Amino acid sequence: MWDGESNVLDEFRRGNVDAFESLFRLHQRAVYAWIMKIVRNPAAAEDVTIETFWRIHRAHARFQPSRGFEGWARSIATHAALDWLRGHRRESEDFAEQATELAANAISDPAISSEIRRKTAQAFARLPPRLRITATLAVVEERPHKEVAEALGISVAAVKVRVFRALRRLRKDLQQQGITP
Amino acid sequence: MNPHDDERMRQLLHHALPPISELEPTRDLWPALLRKLDVHPAIPSWIDWALVAGLIVFAACAPASVPVLLYYL
Repeated sequence: MWDGESNVLDEFRRGNVDAFESLFRLHQRAVYAWIMKIVRNPAAAEDVTIETFWRIHRAHARFQPSRGFEGWARSIATHAALDWLRGHRRESEDFAEQATELAANAISDPAISSEIRRKTAQAFARLPPRLRITATLAVVEERPHKEVAEALGISVAAVKVRVFRALRRLRKDLQQQGITP
Repeated sequence: MNPHDDERMRQLLHHALPPISELEPTRDLWPALLRKLDVHPAIPSWIDWALVAGLIVFAACAPASVPVLLYYL
């Protein structure tokens, strides 16, 4: 249907819905996977993926084909996921339970009890969203700092500062609960 | 926080929040996205067709009303 990716991108920029659908089909899995790493909830990740592509469509006229679609989409997805985290801060219990379930299925250190894992997940969910999202991507998912910086629209130095603050707050929170990491 | 503490916190986080493996949506998200975009092709409903038919019948019965209808369109 399309001669090449640049043609699809040009057509998308002009507002062509078929071109948008082609890009959606091509990138939805990657966008969903990225969002899932942040929100860690399949239903929420689907909603945020829809929200992301809706924002992408709204912003089609501002898209610059020379900069590529993937990075642009990832940045929009990151901000949509950040908004979701901001709107769901009270759901730390649910987050901790899901994290504990996932941890139970994963290979984990027997020296770290499920109670400690649950409390760590709860403390993590209590972090301010901008620290939480940075720590999720840079520490939990071990994404390169440059990639995290581009997705969040901040500098690499700012990513390092946020990671440091997130780990410090987490440590303090756990110490207040009698856990010494 | 020294580098050792930092490393311990990272390890603890890895155990509490393991990597995500479910990396595919469970359903096709395109229909939901289309609904959100509201870019469905406009298919007239039966009410629209009934209104058009009514207008044609009205115009046929009272041709003098056509200029008035056109004025208000």
